Amino acid sequence: MYDFTYQKPATLAAAVAALGAEDAKAMSGGMTLIPVLKQRLNKPSVVVDLSGLGLSGIRVTDSAVVIGAMTTHITVASSAEVKRAIPALAALAGLIGDKEVRHRGTIGGSLANNDPAADYPAAVLALGATITTSKRSIAAEDYFQGMFTTALEADEVITSVSFPIPAKAAYVKFKNPASRYAMVGVFVASGPAGVRVAITGAGQGGVFRHAGFEAALTANWSADALKGVATSADDLNSDIHASAEYRAHLCGVIAQRAVKAAG
Amino acid sequence: MNAIFEGIGASVRRKEDLRFISGRGNYTDDINRPGQTHMVIKRSDRPHARIISIDTSAALAAPGVVAVYTGDDFVNIGGLPCGWQIHNKDGSPMVEPKHPVIAHGKVRHVGDPIAVVIAETKQQAKNAAELLVIDLEDLPSIATTTDALKPGAPIVHDEAAGNLCYDWHLGDADAVAAAFATAHKVVTLDLENNRLIPNAMEPRVALGDYDRSTGDYTLFTTSQNPHVIRLLMGAFVLGLPEHKLRVVAPDVGGGFGSKIYHYAEEAIVTWAAGKLSRPVKWTAERSESFMSDAHGRDHVSTAQMAVDKDGKFLALKVHTVANMGGYLSTFAPAVPTYLYATLLAGTYTTPVIYVEVKAVFTNTVPVDAYRGAGRPEATFLLERLVDAVALDMGMDRVDIRRKNFIPRDAFPYQTPVALQYDSGDYFATLDAALTSADYAGFPARKAAAAAQGKLRGIGVSTYLEACGIAPSKVVGALGARAGLYEVANVRVHPTGSISVFTGTHSHGQGHETTFAQLVSDQLGVPLSQVDIVHGDTGKIPFGMGTYGSRSLAVGGSAMVKAMDKIIAKGKKIAAHLMEASPEDIEFKNGVFSVAGTDKQKTLGEIALTAYVPHNYPIETLEPGLDETAFYDPANFTFPGGCHVCEVEIDPETGVVSIINFNAVDDVGRVVNPMIVEGQVQGGVAQGIGQALLENAAYDASGQLLSGSFMDYTMPRADDLTNITVGTENTMCTHNPLGSKGCGEVGAIGSPPAVINAVCDALNIRHMNMPATAEKVWSIINGRAAG
Ligand SMILES: Cc1cc2nc3c(=O)[nH]c(=O)nc-3n(C[C@H](O)[C@H](O)[C@H](O)COP(=O)(O)OP(=O)(O)OC[C@H]3O[C@@H](n4cnc5c(N)ncnc54)[C@H](O)[C@@H]3O)c2cc1C
Repeated sequence: MYDFTYQKPATLAAAVAALGAEDAKAMSGGMTLIPVLKQRLNKPSVVVDLSGLGLSGIRVTDSAVVIGAMTTHITVASSAEVKRAIPALAALAGLIGDKEVRHRGTIGGSLANNDPAADYPAAVLALGATITTSKRSIAAEDYFQGMFTTALEADEVITSVSFPIPAKAAYVKFKNPASRYAMVGVFVASGPAGVRVAITGAGQGGVFRHAGFEAALTANWSADALKGVATSADDLNSDIHASAEYRAHLCGVIAQRAVKAAG
Repeated sequence: MNAIFEGIGASVRRKEDLRFISGRGNYTDDINRPGQTHMVIKRSDRPHARIISIDTSAALAAPGVVAVYTGDDFVNIGGLPCGWQIHNKDGSPMVEPKHPVIAHGKVRHVGDPIAVVIAETKQQAKNAAELLVIDLEDLPSIATTTDALKPGAPIVHDEAAGNLCYDWHLGDADAVAAAFATAHKVVTLDLENNRLIPNAMEPRVALGDYDRSTGDYTLFTTSQNPHVIRLLMGAFVLGLPEHKLRVVAPDVGGGFGSKIYHYAEEAIVTWAAGKLSRPVKWTAERSESFMSDAHGRDHVSTAQMAVDKDGKFLALKVHTVANMGGYLSTFAPAVPTYLYATLLAGTYTTPVIYVEVKAVFTNTVPVDAYRGAGRPEATFLLERLVDAVALDMGMDRVDIRRKNFIPRDAFPYQTPVALQYDSGDYFATLDAALTSADYAGFPARKAAAAAQGKLRGIGVSTYLEACGIAPSKVVGALGARAGLYEVANVRVHPTGSISVFTGTHSHGQGHETTFAQLVSDQLGVPLSQVDIVHGDTGKIPFGMGTYGSRSLAVGGSAMVKAMDKIIAKGKKIAAHLMEASPEDIEFKNGVFSVAGTDKQKTLGEIALTAYVPHNYPIETLEPGLDETAFYDPANFTFPGGCHVCEVEIDPETGVVSIINFNAVDDVGRVVNPMIVEGQVQGGVAQGIGQALLENAAYDASGQLLSGSFMDYTMPRADDLTNITVGTENTMCTHNPLGSKGCGEVGAIGSPPAVINAVCDALNIRHMNMPATAEKVWSIINGRAAG
């Protein structure tokens, strides 16, 4: 990695101020950032460690699960409250990476990074979550703007994510055999935001909602309703592990499994 | 007498494991020398390009930089040598282009070194490497094995027309043609053996050191065979005599073949240490491992078996194109020839065989031996072909194997492809494996799976391999530029503890335990009194190292011979002390006794006498108890066995799951059953990896698409199942232990068992490895040919 200075501010205001510097970079769990630095793919002037801001923790209200940005995947996966309110969300967090990664990686870091094969974006979009930052609240639909691209500004820090509690939801992940990220991950939900199907891992532009599946499930919430509903391979990824056609096929299969799992 | 039995046959816990699992191993990267500098390598990101210019001035001026070297600095230094020369059909030698230590003139694969930067810190070296100004002119490139031979294909080496390294053959073409002409049927199968990247847990490291006062060089390196590196680098590359060059390979974290070879980095750090009079260290990053460690496999073949109407094999014909990569790695030419074609009789009585092999250069990382080396390729071809024959003949896959097995009473058995098998019982391993796998119960399990919408398949592979390499005279005649004996020095210390210096090298195999068991067994001393020392040319007389499952069969046999000498000398000393004739001395359980009397002396007493020779036959016997043996085996050893794999396929996704894996191998005498079980399980895990997951993917130009663990699928625990290991052993007849070797059988026998099971589940004739979900799904949906 290149040399940089390191700061660990104690307040959100100080963190935002520090991130105002040119080429400043926030760090949460460092699970994505540090490998990128080690490969010299990024040359920050200053790394601003967000772990001193008190941004971790889970709060459950009657209608929402609110997760602090610095909350690790393992905390979400093992939280009794999350398991009770949105079991699909806890299960999703438990499918991220390996144990070591789950102990370091955070929901804020994952969403800020917006890897096109990451798991959380599917939950955020399918549940119609709201992302709260140091500046504003951003609806899921407005937040994701293509792979590794989000609505965040350079000095904007995610502070928490609020997930409306759905009536039914499930996430099924078909893993890339090598990276174990999602090759196709489907989050289905029926709740305050209506029926939503969000797919990660498959799309060239990152997570997306599947209009055809949503229409079919709105009419009839059953796995069978998805049979025969096409997924176009046009905007899907093709790589050495899976062609766009295979991913398109998997979208249907995995969505059906998710609906079955949601009950 | 030992309180606990620790000798041959005991599942003693591995002595070395406490050190490894508690972080106290001493790996090459753990070694640091005073005044050490750090080397970073600038590697080609192009598959094929002309080097127009390299401007090193900015890098040289960067903070902390000690030196920058390019190919120009090495023009008067030998290239990396190839240790095996193959001859073409017409008797002419293979094309052997120079393999410069640092690329000169052209780069020939992604990862080829272009320049090195040596600095006070690694960080400074990396910073400076970014300041190198390198002008490359891209050249047309070629990566695909079969395309390399096409007319008009880009040429990798000017001296290798048509990219051909050699065009070799073995066997009797006329006899095969005659048998084909009259056969009931000729079954043809086209198959590929996928390229693999070894990925030992410890990346390669090399640390060169130079002593200005003595002029001695030391190389610390991650090697499976330090003496071979000393020989190759000293004699062929740097021109350093053996007595001025010490090579140390301390704890090594896995090799699988990839750490046999002499690599450029070893020569660069040693040479630079001399130039700079400072230690120079290089540690590979994982991404460098992917593009600079020798890859494995990469064959494209057509196999044809002629059979009579009863399914008896009459003749086999094989045509193979083998990818050598951009340069010839140390043993590369031997892999698709003498470690492959000679294996094609397998466990069968096929009377005539003809094999043609063309080796080609491509703009890819050099390919060399990887766990099994040639034998997995032969086994995959043969065991897949046998299933295809059974299918085409409408015969049972197990019956056709039994029908063609070499009978139990036919040993020693001369194959038509050079090898003479000394022992084996393929019926015994087959029967035991089928029982262990509950083969008879498979139809019921298949039906139960079908009721759940799943496709079950079962596959059998009855393989044979040749290891314990190798008789020096034989391999010399076949083109090896080295002898393949092994050396042991057994040093009984004055108080009776023992150091054994072995020329083999342990990089995970557990030699410190297995070999100590041999000593404990033969000399009757507790395991705690025995240390096995390896990996240092400064300590060990000589040795050829560890590969080809040779350590016990060859290295262990050398130890037995050295211990025989210890006992013979001990008897003379004991005879003197007990005033008896040496012929009347018996040695058992660490005690010398006079036959028929109660007079006895322990080994410790004899050792003390040997080193404190006050009362000693000094006129006829030298003091000391220290013996060395060189052991050159009379033949290869021939493990064999049967692997049975059961898979289940999810037809909706194409995902293949291993349900059950049973291996029953014949590895000869077993010294430590637990270690054998572990070796077989590890090998099977790699075999399953090859069959289902692993693939070194290049695009057509030679860009490596699977250059990290994000894209190269290593098998993980949850990809596997419990691997049940059994043995049905027949003894090797020509070495003193009767042992055959177990290090590679898992990787050799298992891939066809897996693919045979997948083909059975899919009801298809063939598919190439790896059987990834997408490929399987495409076959199920008729999008790809099965
Ligand atoms: C081996 C491995 C396997 C993995 N497998 C998976 C997987 O299966 N599924 C999956 O979804 N992910 C996976 N990941 C990624 C993992 O979930 C990371 O935790 C996540 O991508 C980043 O989280 P982090 O807290 O480590 O963020 P960091 O690495 O610290 O930061 C990532 C990026 O986000 C920015 N950032 C961090 N926090 C904030 C914030 N609060 N506000 C604004 N910007 C911020 C940083 O500046 C940086 O650009 C894997 C990672 C590894 C190393």
